Amino acid sequence: MTPLMRDRLDTVRHVLFGNPLNLLAFGLFLLILLTALLAPALVPHDPLRTNAQSALQGPSARFWFGTDQLGRDIFSRVMVATRLDLLIAFGAVILSGMIGSLVGAMIGFWGGFWDGVVSRLVDVLMAFPLFVLAMALVAALGNTVVNVVYATAVVNLPFYIRLARGEMRVRRSLGYVEAARVGGSGDWRILTRFLMPAMAAPLVIQASVNLGWAVLNAAGLSFLGLGVRPPTPEWGIMVAEGARYISSGQWWVAVFPGLALMVTVFTFNLMGDALRDILDPRLRT
Amino acid sequence: MSTPVLSVRDLTVDFATRRGPVHVLDGVSFDVGAGEIMGIIGESGSGKSVTAYAVMGILEHAARIRSGEILFEGQDVLKMTRRRRDAWRGRDASIIFQNPRTALNPIRSVGAQIADVISRHAPAPAAEIRARTLEALRQVRIPDPERRLRAYPFELSGGLCQRIGIAIALACRPRLLIADEPTTGLDVTTQAVIMDLIRSLARERGLSVVLITHDLALASEYCDRLAIMHAGHVVEIAPTAELIARPHHPYAAKLLRSVPSLVDELSQLQAIEGSLPDLRRTDLPPCRFAERCERRTAACDAGRLRLEPVAGQPSRLLACRNPL
Amino acid sequence: MTALLETRGLTRHFAMPRPSPFAPHQFLHAVDDVDLTIAAGEAVGLVGESGCGKSTLSRIVSRLLDPTGGELLLEGRRISDMPAARFARSAERRKIQMVFQDPTESLNPRFTVFNLIADPLRMLDPPSSAAELRRRVEEAATAVNLPLALLDRLPHQLSGGQKARVGIARALVVEPRLLVLDEPTSALDVSVQATVLQLLDRLRRERGIALLFVSHDLNVVRLLCSRIVVMYLGQIVESGPAQDVYAAPAHPYTRALISAIPTLRADRGERIKLEGDPQSPVSPPPHRCRFAGRCPIEQPLCTRTAPELRELDEGRRARCHFAGE
Repeated sequence: MTPLMRDRLDTVRHVLFGNPLNLLAFGLFLLILLTALLAPALVPHDPLRTNAQSALQGPSARFWFGTDQLGRDIFSRVMVATRLDLLIAFGAVILSGMIGSLVGAMIGFWGGFWDGVVSRLVDVLMAFPLFVLAMALVAALGNTVVNVVYATAVVNLPFYIRLARGEMRVRRSLGYVEAARVGGSGDWRILTRFLMPAMAAPLVIQASVNLGWAVLNAAGLSFLGLGVRPPTPEWGIMVAEGARYISSGQWWVAVFPGLALMVTVFTFNLMGDALRDILDPRLRT
Repeated sequence: MSTPVLSVRDLTVDFATRRGPVHVLDGVSFDVGAGEIMGIIGESGSGKSVTAYAVMGILEHAARIRSGEILFEGQDVLKMTRRRRDAWRGRDASIIFQNPRTALNPIRSVGAQIADVISRHAPAPAAEIRARTLEALRQVRIPDPERRLRAYPFELSGGLCQRIGIAIALACRPRLLIADEPTTGLDVTTQAVIMDLIRSLARERGLSVVLITHDLALASEYCDRLAIMHAGHVVEIAPTAELIARPHHPYAAKLLRSVPSLVDELSQLQAIEGSLPDLRRTDLPPCRFAERCERRTAACDAGRLRLEPVAGQPSRLLACRNPL
Repeated sequence: MTALLETRGLTRHFAMPRPSPFAPHQFLHAVDDVDLTIAAGEAVGLVGESGCGKSTLSRIVSRLLDPTGGELLLEGRRISDMPAARFARSAERRKIQMVFQDPTESLNPRFTVFNLIADPLRMLDPPSSAAELRRRVEEAATAVNLPLALLDRLPHQLSGGQKARVGIARALVVEPRLLVLDEPTSALDVSVQATVLQLLDRLRRERGIALLFVSHDLNVVRLLCSRIVVMYLGQIVESGPAQDVYAAPAHPYTRALISAIPTLRADRGERIKLEGDPQSPVSPPPHRCRFAGRCPIEQPLCTRTAPELRELDEGRRARCHFAGE
């Protein structure tokens, strides 16, 4: 174990056990992850199985979250949906994070003509309401789950580009960059070996908060009928389908998937805070 | 002897950190008389800035004042209510900081910043505030004050910014000024001008000044008395000339021998062995310099060390059991 | 004998942003026509206050910055017309190394001390094996009195003095001929400063490494360096043997500088106060002395003709019409 890792683990320990919220965040995150992994194997009912007789029943011992209009168990559907929603969110965030930070780092480091071009492009992108832009992209590219991932990724790119660019501009004139030049390192090596690893922390923090938004985005798109199609269990669709039953008193159809969304986004945001505590060097004693 | 303007008695401060409390100050005591310029000398980690901030009541959240008194003209500042303390700060006692440009608000003109302080403590109609602001600028010898009123800190040189800092600090005519490394980071020619300004203002107004610095040579030029700090302890207090000529505390002596302006050859410069003890330790010896001191004896570990007057030298205080 | 490093008419101007595309370019004269010579194993002090150009000059000498005019010669060979990227890969790079002012900022916080010292070695003088690498890193660490146990630590676990020594070890490990030091002790406590200064002196004597010591502190420079060069607004205003310049400065700026330094000595003279602000380094008028307006011995001649850097006696030069008076 390298000293850097050991030092990090120390900090992790302090942060997790110092603030109960951080522990809660990671606990919940682990829970959500496990649900995504194991739910399809462990749920009590088949999420796709319809049963007209048990339609629209309230929460009971048999159906913990009740059933929807086709008699499907809402609990099983909510649990299984976790996997899809997380996959879309992670996919979009990883894609936009990696591409965005590389582009941002390069233009931040070298500046010049390309910096001007890319920055203006980013400005244009950010001038649109992002959700509307995502909708437009999915509509244009085709109504599939993969396109939802791409659309969400594109819409998130500006944040990473800007963040990476800003971090790079601060760091490129730091003392140790000059020292690296005197030590024989060229621009590309300085960028990849010294500066980009240093930028990892703020990017990871941004990514974890972004995950929450990406989940909401995916759910929102499928709420509108873009991307994920029924009968695939997915929180957005489930909220959409359940919305019309609220006024007739069958609140559970929409509320439980909504709660799942809420808890997930909440967890990711909390995790962003916890990660910042761990990774922000200014908080080190 | 009249009541000292500032009397710090047995001040003990801890910082709460993730890895346990850090015992930053332990039993710090010193007096500052009216119209006196007192120098507090210490290296990094000595606690000199923490002392200043404790007096002004601007310690950070993690700081805990464990014990002690800070008497300003006889009144314990630590026991004041928050409102009284806020009123006291800026009006009766002020502070100027290192790095003048960053100590000023970058988005307000310097005239507005001076006016802020004046109107906070002595509200008056705008015309009068403006007049007093101009007066404050003239006091610190800023040429063309009417034009400078509207300037922003980034437009001014470091030296000018520090003068503005002094103007703000002295705008309400306090009786005590704490200067925390006011010239570190300024050019040496500017430093001379700023220090001369502080000294002449102090003499003119009978202002007491506490100069906090690591620069022994600077302090020796401007201060009437010096207090040497090490690792949260005050180890020696004496009039400047006496301390420089004949330091009694081993640390003070070593400090003097490490100052470049006093030696003629590089080989005569002396480094101080070892490093500061870790102030998180619970087993710190009574003398925090003991572990680096060649003169350490058994007596040094026997019980708490206090600043005591030296026999035959009434104005010298020493915290050492085996002095030079 | 060829000097180790020589600059001839070295100039660096920075173009200032123009208010409109039709306005003429204004230039900031950071370094103007500097002739500097450093012999092998010599310690030269470069002194001046902020804005005098010493930091810019130090970066040109260490080839972090390109000059806009003049030449830079290393062991007689011109290195100033090579683009910086090519120089970084050449065999010459390791001959000039730099030690930076703020040890905290100049050490990559994610690298261990071992890697901080090893990295320049890997890039500039790659050893034949891992064992050889380790040996040379340990040798550099020992040369600066850094305990080998610290090699596995991260910078934030070190004290200020230890970090400063890592900075020196890293510069030393590639066996340079010239070490450019940019205020290496100003961020350090005075008790640690003594250690670092004595270390640098020992390294210079034992290994014959030349030092270009950039500082605002004349007292320190006087102790370490055999020659002092004083800069003001981009130009050299005085140079000569350190003890002589300190004891009997010829240029009025040097005199003011020395008198402004607080000292514990009882025998200091009257302080010379410099009134007024320095001239702007942007497009300075060519026919006046740059110190005019602040100079205590200014005469009408000073605003009509700019003084040249002229030789006073053996090895001493000053840029003043009335030097030495």
